[in-house]
Amino acid sequence: MMPLLTTKGLSRSFGGLRAVDNVDFTLMPGEIRAVIGPNGAGKTTFVSMVSGRIQPSSGAIVFDGADITGLPAYIRVRQGIAYTFQITSVFANLSAYDNVALPVQRTLSDGRSKGAVRAGVMLALERTGLADRAHMPAGQLSYGHQRLLEVAMGLALKPRLLILDEPTQGLADSEIDNFIVLVREIATDATVLLIEHNMPVVMQLADRITVFNAGKILAEGTPEAIRENASVQEAYLGTAP
Amino acid sequence: MSDASPVKAYALHLGVIALLFVLSFLLPEYYHGLLSRIMVLAVFAIGYNILFGYVGLLSLGHAMFFGAGLYGAGLAVIQLGWGVPLAFVSGIACGAVLALVIGLLALRTTGVAFMIVTMMFAQVFSLLILYFASWTGGDQGMVVPQPARVLTFGATSLDLTNPTVRYMSALALFSVVLLITLAIVRSRYGRVLIAIRENEERTKMLGYDTFSNKLIAVVVSGTICAASGAAYALLFGYVGSSFASVQYSILPLLWVLLGGAATTLGPLIGTVFMYYVIDITSGYTSAYLLIVGIALILLVLFFPKGVLGTIRQRWLGWLP
Repeated sequence: MMPLLTTKGLSRSFGGLRAVDNVDFTLMPGEIRAVIGPNGAGKTTFVSMVSGRIQPSSGAIVFDGADITGLPAYIRVRQGIAYTFQITSVFANLSAYDNVALPVQRTLSDGRSKGAVRAGVMLALERTGLADRAHMPAGQLSYGHQRLLEVAMGLALKPRLLILDEPTQGLADSEIDNFIVLVREIATDATVLLIEHNMPVVMQLADRITVFNAGKILAEGTPEAIRENASVQEAYLGTAP
Repeated sequence: MSDASPVKAYALHLGVIALLFVLSFLLPEYYHGLLSRIMVLAVFAIGYNILFGYVGLLSLGHAMFFGAGLYGAGLAVIQLGWGVPLAFVSGIACGAVLALVIGLLALRTTGVAFMIVTMMFAQVFSLLILYFASWTGGDQGMVVPQPARVLTFGATSLDLTNPTVRYMSALALFSVVLLITLAIVRSRYGRVLIAIRENEERTKMLGYDTFSNKLIAVVVSGTICAASGAAYALLFGYVGSSFASVQYSILPLLWVLLGGAATTLGPLIGTVFMYYVIDITSGYTSAYLLIVGIALILLVLFFPKGVLGTIRQRWLGWLP
């Protein structure tokens, strides 16, 4: 099977700091892949290069068999790479409905009928449990609901690859349970790349885990293998006994 | 905004147009003439508002688009002897082409740099008018001769110097532009423009080519401003370089801020307000600009979002 996403020798420096250093990464279609690692390991820089928000210093990104390294972000989005922001950046002054209508109206192929936009928006809002808040300004939603609205916007793009950057940050435990159900559901028709600090969430969701440390991939494998991996324990907990 | 009460919004706008129509028969002669002028300049403000209010791009050079319409129409009549309809189209086309070129160049910048670049281009435009004085009349400007300001349809002819014809022509232009603007801001494209204003990076990450969307907005905005300029030349018969000066880049900003940025009717309210405050106060004192200044300060203090912007925020959330 052809990988959905591969990176070859992907690097990005900020001044003297090599935030991402020569990363070779492969993601198969249908996977839920978690990316974990200590703060500053280069996780967000890595997915930002995949989504096109940051240009790599060197290396190549291949999506669905085509080199996308030089493409601007908005074209990558159109090709099916959706990114939900780590720092919530919904349009605070627009209603939840309008927030989701923006991605929906762009992805519609018929593009004209008002009913189709409404149906698409309400579907995405219902999947994230926000349907009854459609007409609230996004800025007045609770933090957890704003995170869900981010996911709804990502879903509405009908992505083939959905990148979730720390989606459960700031969510209550009960909200996290619902979120896990939601991601599983999303993964039935999209590949999910998940940056996450919450280990129980990672262990429940991920098919495979990639561990970043100091800009490099330290380890990769199934949740069980990663849990047992000595160098991962070292990176997280300091020198092994 | 999008799905809420389209009937109410259109009813309100048609109501305003109807009110302006009725006023034509009620106003005394002086105010009748003043309101014709205000409606034409309100079109200028509406054009400015598309870019400033909805896309959030602050241009300090919109006088060049008004000027392109003014001179595009005026020169066509005076130098080429074209008729009124063709001259009007010429003015609009000049504005559209200029806006496309300026947009392609100026949109490479954002924020303060965008303000400076647009201002510089407007200065160039204004200086070119003075430089080519043998055609443009330089700082004297030109008068469009009365006999040329007649619209002929077969046997009937409309004299644009007649006050009622002039008022109705101004109202027709204003109504068309107002309704077009209302349709734009309620459309999907309007939603994208507002998204760009609120957070351009995020809009890109939803798959939108924000540069192209902004470029279209510059062209629409510039074209509407040029329509206002062309109408001004043909209805009031004066084509002057002061209309391309920096003052006329600042005025639409003021009108829009007063009336309410990103509201469809705000530009009209702001323009009316400014003209009437100047008109009334200058009747009492020669220091009327002082009073205008105080009025502006009070407005900014108590209506920071402009008259209509504040009304929308506090009471009428459905206003487009």
